[in-house]
Amino acid sequence: MHIVVSIKQVPDSAQIRVHPVTNTIMRQGVPTIINPYDLFALEEALRLRDAYGGEVTVLTMGPPMAEDSLRKALGYGADRAVLLTDRYFAGSDTLATSLALSQAIAKIGETFGTPDVVFTGKQTIDGDTAQVGPGIAKRLDLSQLTYVARIATIDLAAREITVERRCEGGTQTLKSKLPCLITMLEGTNEMRRGSIEDALSAARRQVVKWSAAEAGIEDLTKCGLRGSPTVVRRVFAPTARSEKAAQIDTAEKTLRDLADELIVAIFTRQPALEPELAFDGA
Amino acid sequence: MINEEFDAIVIGAGMSGNAAAYTMASDGLKVLQLERGEYPGSKNVQGAIMYANMLEKIIPDFRDDAPLERHLVEQRLWVMDETSHTGIHYRSEDFNEVSPNRYTIIRAQFDKWFSRRVRQAGATLLCETTVTELVRDDKGKVIGVRTDRAGGAIYADVVVLAEGVCGLLGTRGGLRKMLTPEAVALAVKEMHFLPEEVIEQRFGVKGSEGCVIEAVGTISHDMAGLGFLYTNKESISLGIGCLVSDFTAKMESPYALLDALKNHPSIRPLIAGSEVKEYAAHLIPEGGYKAIPQLFGDGWVVVGDAAQLNNAIHREGSNLAMTSGRIAAEAIIQVKRRNDPMTKRNLALYKTMLDESFVVKDLRKYKDMPALLHNNAGNFFTTYPRLMSQAAQNFMRVDGTPKIEKERATTAAFIKARSRLGLVRDAIRLALAWR
Repeated sequence: MHIVVSIKQVPDSAQIRVHPVTNTIMRQGVPTIINPYDLFALEEALRLRDAYGGEVTVLTMGPPMAEDSLRKALGYGADRAVLLTDRYFAGSDTLATSLALSQAIAKIGETFGTPDVVFTGKQTIDGDTAQVGPGIAKRLDLSQLTYVARIATIDLAAREITVERRCEGGTQTLKSKLPCLITMLEGTNEMRRGSIEDALSAARRQVVKWSAAEAGIEDLTKCGLRGSPTVVRRVFAPTARSEKAAQIDTAEKTLRDLADELIVAIFTRQPALEPELAFDGA
Repeated sequence: MINEEFDAIVIGAGMSGNAAAYTMASDGLKVLQLERGEYPGSKNVQGAIMYANMLEKIIPDFRDDAPLERHLVEQRLWVMDETSHTGIHYRSEDFNEVSPNRYTIIRAQFDKWFSRRVRQAGATLLCETTVTELVRDDKGKVIGVRTDRAGGAIYADVVVLAEGVCGLLGTRGGLRKMLTPEAVALAVKEMHFLPEEVIEQRFGVKGSEGCVIEAVGTISHDMAGLGFLYTNKESISLGIGCLVSDFTAKMESPYALLDALKNHPSIRPLIAGSEVKEYAAHLIPEGGYKAIPQLFGDGWVVVGDAAQLNNAIHREGSNLAMTSGRIAAEAIIQVKRRNDPMTKRNLALYKTMLDESFVVKDLRKYKDMPALLHNNAGNFFTTYPRLMSQAAQNFMRVDGTPKIEKERATTAAFIKARSRLGLVRDAIRLALAWR
């Protein structure tokens, strides 16, 4: 199987320093790392490859120095690395990023074989949006399995995958068709240490470098700052919600009763909704 | 299982390892370099002063892109007591030459640059890879290494051990003895950040000019030790080091010495208002000529700090490291060209070439110095500095005492402290050790 893992090079937030003289964040010299969440995706991809055979292609979009992250990924045992780098990508928000990455994944499919699974991390530690993975899935029309805690089974013949997905208050077991996109939850595995062969071949392997044009991206107005409608107006700390989701036991009551109770509960909490949504002659 | 064989494996990507790897790779040898840290320089905390000449011999155009902090135009040598310092300052416009002689550098940045050059020269570098064991054939010849990564041994004609001062691998492999506490100093250092203009003002330098202070005296609390202050672009490296054996015997702690140095009235104004961003500690080989271990054997050579090649008297280390790395590489290249095997007998060429260089010549010159200073630390690092300070103050202070009486008082103080015989003996010993 062919697995594509999309990773991001991020500043190591543990080592960001404030310039003692100018009091600005010192971007220069701040060590960069692979977004820690992406490592769970990469390790899961490597495990699938080891179990089912095939190849893992690692993809990143970023400045030329992002090649360091790809080299690291190769050192962990990835088979191929693609760096999407072009000044047109500078200033991309999640919309523009997911566009560029999905185009690159399509191009990877044409060039190296259609991917069966695309992995991303749950989110990045610098942006924290968790939007790029789902954005890629939507654009490539892939089933979307987010917050996956475990991959239960893969049936390559039937083109089916079963995963466990962490959700509020429990775990869902989901079955999907392949190809699909999986965003992997943190703490679900532990990144391996590449063997000496992996390290050696990583040191020598060429990283595939694509510009926007080479990745088949034609509409540059949708790239980078020009293609990014997001504007950060304000940065603030959110207040935590105190209420937890309630669990409904489906075994004890009929679905009709449950639905009735649910509607009553919703209207009790949001009375404004009742005149709008209440239906006559129930 | 790696089927591939290398001409040489270099263990370590510091000054000596990079010099060796660069020299061999530039000559077309197939070189694999293994580094424990995340990237070259990531584990390095040296001061640091870099001597241009020794790097020029390896990379002549290094000034084009190497990360250099300041070139040194002024050196201050201080003898300190509790409240004062007596100093020799040497500053020369001649040091503002087109190709300056000495630079301050920050090793984390410098080593990254050096390593890039090594890889451009064709060597393969693996980081985060610790060599755990030397692999030998049935005759005991070193034929490769094993690492902490899965996948077995890697083989090479020769292994260059550039593993640094502790040299655990070589020690474990029986190539040399364990380091003794008398043969290593423990130096601690802080990086004090200050704006460029402030550094320029305080040290009377401009542009990329820099200044170095090196100090001995009561700051090392009766131990053989040295304090240092180096100016970088936007920071000051300030530190002090003493022999590990002395720290143990005197129950002194390194950070307390550094704290006292920072609060010394001669140092405090130089770092005032700075922000400390790093605290680091490292061992420095101090044993000198007599501590140099076996430098070569069947299938291996050892270079740099691992070979104890450090001139403690002149505080030169990285240039001896670079030079020994280069010379080891050149010896290996010669053996290789003759199609000879990398045996102990053939690799003896490295020792012969190193003996001819300044590295061993300098260390031989000061072969008795470490023991002399160590055994008489109280005299050389406390008694004399105090006497010198008193003498200087006596000379400078104008208080109506006739000059002849002042001079007599100074002489009497020296004789009282060390006796006539003691003074003569110290002078002769020092002269002999310096010779």
